[in-house]
Amino acid sequence: MTYDESTLKQLLADAEEIRGRYPVERSALLPMLHLVQSVDGYVSPDGIQFCAEQLGLTAAEVSAVATFYTQYKRRPNGEFQVGVCTNTLCAVMGGDEIWKRVSERCGVGHDETTADGKISLERLECNAACDFAPVMMVNWEFFDNMTPETALQLVDDILDGKPVKPSRGPDAVPTFKEVSRVLAGFEDGRADQGPAAGEPTLAGLQSAKDQGWKPAKGGAK
Amino acid sequence: MTELAPVLSAIWDQDKSWKRDTYVKSGGYSALKKALGMEPNDLVQMVKDSGLRGRGGAGFPTGMKWGFLPPDDGGPRYLVVNADESEPGTCKDIPLMMANPNVLIEGVAITSYAIGCNHAFIYLRGEVVHVYRRLLQAVREAYEAGDLGKNIHGSGFDLDVTVHAGAGAYICGEETALLDSLEGRRGQPRLKPPFPAVAGLYARPTVVNNVESVASVPAIVNNGVDWFTDMGTERSKGHGLFSLSGHVERPGQYEAPLGITLRELLEMAGGMRGGKKLKFWTPGGSSTPIFTDEHLDTPLDYESVGAAGSMLGTRALQIFDETTCVVRAVTRWTEFYKHESCGKCTPCREGTFWLTQILKRLEAGKGTDADIQQLLDTCDSIAGRSFCALGDGATSSIVSSVKLFREEYERHVTEGACPFDHAASALFDYSSEPTTEEAHA
Repeated sequence: MTYDESTLKQLLADAEEIRGRYPVERSALLPMLHLVQSVDGYVSPDGIQFCAEQLGLTAAEVSAVATFYTQYKRRPNGEFQVGVCTNTLCAVMGGDEIWKRVSERCGVGHDETTADGKISLERLECNAACDFAPVMMVNWEFFDNMTPETALQLVDDILDGKPVKPSRGPDAVPTFKEVSRVLAGFEDGRADQGPAAGEPTLAGLQSAKDQGWKPAKGGAK
Repeated sequence: MTELAPVLSAIWDQDKSWKRDTYVKSGGYSALKKALGMEPNDLVQMVKDSGLRGRGGAGFPTGMKWGFLPPDDGGPRYLVVNADESEPGTCKDIPLMMANPNVLIEGVAITSYAIGCNHAFIYLRGEVVHVYRRLLQAVREAYEAGDLGKNIHGSGFDLDVTVHAGAGAYICGEETALLDSLEGRRGQPRLKPPFPAVAGLYARPTVVNNVESVASVPAIVNNGVDWFTDMGTERSKGHGLFSLSGHVERPGQYEAPLGITLRELLEMAGGMRGGKKLKFWTPGGSSTPIFTDEHLDTPLDYESVGAAGSMLGTRALQIFDETTCVVRAVTRWTEFYKHESCGKCTPCREGTFWLTQILKRLEAGKGTDADIQQLLDTCDSIAGRSFCALGDGATSSIVSSVKLFREEYERHVTEGACPFDHAASALFDYSSEPTTEEAHA
């Protein structure tokens, strides 16, 4: 492994904390893979070796797990993982057109990274925000109700190095490495940023309030 | 007219609704204190009596699942919350946990006490970082307030909760694949039996419950069985989140008694977009056979939807109007299943690949009449022939759409092209003609 002393020291401390969360230490593997991505920007050979040594596994066993999951990247990832949902509902609502324009603007296709290392582009599967279709995600933060114009503005801002603000998420999207650290289970102090909900999330509640409805005052018998 | 019933969604519009303080002010964590004063078996019986059924899709009675755990043998037993919401169309658990993670944590504590679990896990899909932040914070705040940890509120009951992020794999929503993933392995389903109740996480007795199921428990404890059973239909009790998406005026989360109809929900949601005609919809996500406007008055409960030939699933109502090409929609779903098949079972792994080949050919107008029959034959070779339900789900939209819209498949063959203008389905205006874009950045 080629980690310098201070990086390795931090990795070891973090790995120790992760292992402590589970009664059986192999369960620490998924968060530990997120952790090495937070340092290397992908699951590097060093990262695989590190996880293997920490958990008493072979490098082959770690690789077998890492290659199963799409969030673990096998090549150095862009600073921003940009996804356009092209599953059926988002695609029909305009996601296909957004994908086409964004891909043209970035000059890269699915699972490719721009030459400047800013954006790794991806056709997303459903991200559980269908009532906000068409949806995009940047480093797994929600960008709701997108249009080709807002989508192009978003990638232009990222390519220009400007901060971008999700619809439901922190004040600005952290980098891929920063987000990977959260996914390893380490809080980053951003939980209280952003709204509780988007408008569609509250649609039913609002409708019920307008009508003065309360639970269990009737209901479908 | 069925009335909406905001229970889980009741405080989502409050200022900082995700904070513990907000939740406590509206009565949060009082059910936990009440539950800790009860016998665990009485809690299990209470949830059995409430008729609460799994809100993750299968609809298995929650209390019965808890009751399946073998008698205490002194070793650990686990609660694992399935928060891997990834089924296309399903979008209820993610907003629930973003707006109020605390109701889930309270539900986890009560459920764990009821089943004798001292270490519970919440398996959250990895692609929702902000939800993970809020869950991590809610768990930390619960420890600080003594709602988790050692000797909770002097009861002698200990509970640790670990919130675990997945890494992008739909299959991990299948409960045994989820357990393998949580054990640090590739997320591939296990052969059942043994069921998780007998040999689950680390081969120990385990309850796997969906987020919404567990989050429904505190209100049942607080308000009682009768309050819950007053809502819903005879065998589908209580409230549930109905997620409307697609071509409706006001898509979103509508929490209602089970048994409400799409006609009623559509009215609350302002009707179809631009007054267009409803063409087809999924009652419970992309794995459930599609419905049409003939099913507008089908009560959305487990029995009625089942009797009408589909499944209530996750109440993910994806609504498509007359501008939508059903072949395009089904092709895209099928590509999803091909992508997400874990590869363990041959019928699913190979079958979803071939289905995709045939459908793409048909959608592009290059298919033949024989292809339509081939689709159905291939579906026959997949359904019921794999460890888990992913392959079955892949066939649902195909078989149901050929049955309901065979003529539309045939038009793709006879016209040699898709007869629909895709731009007409989008929420914004654009021309379907190829455009010349500006130079690449």
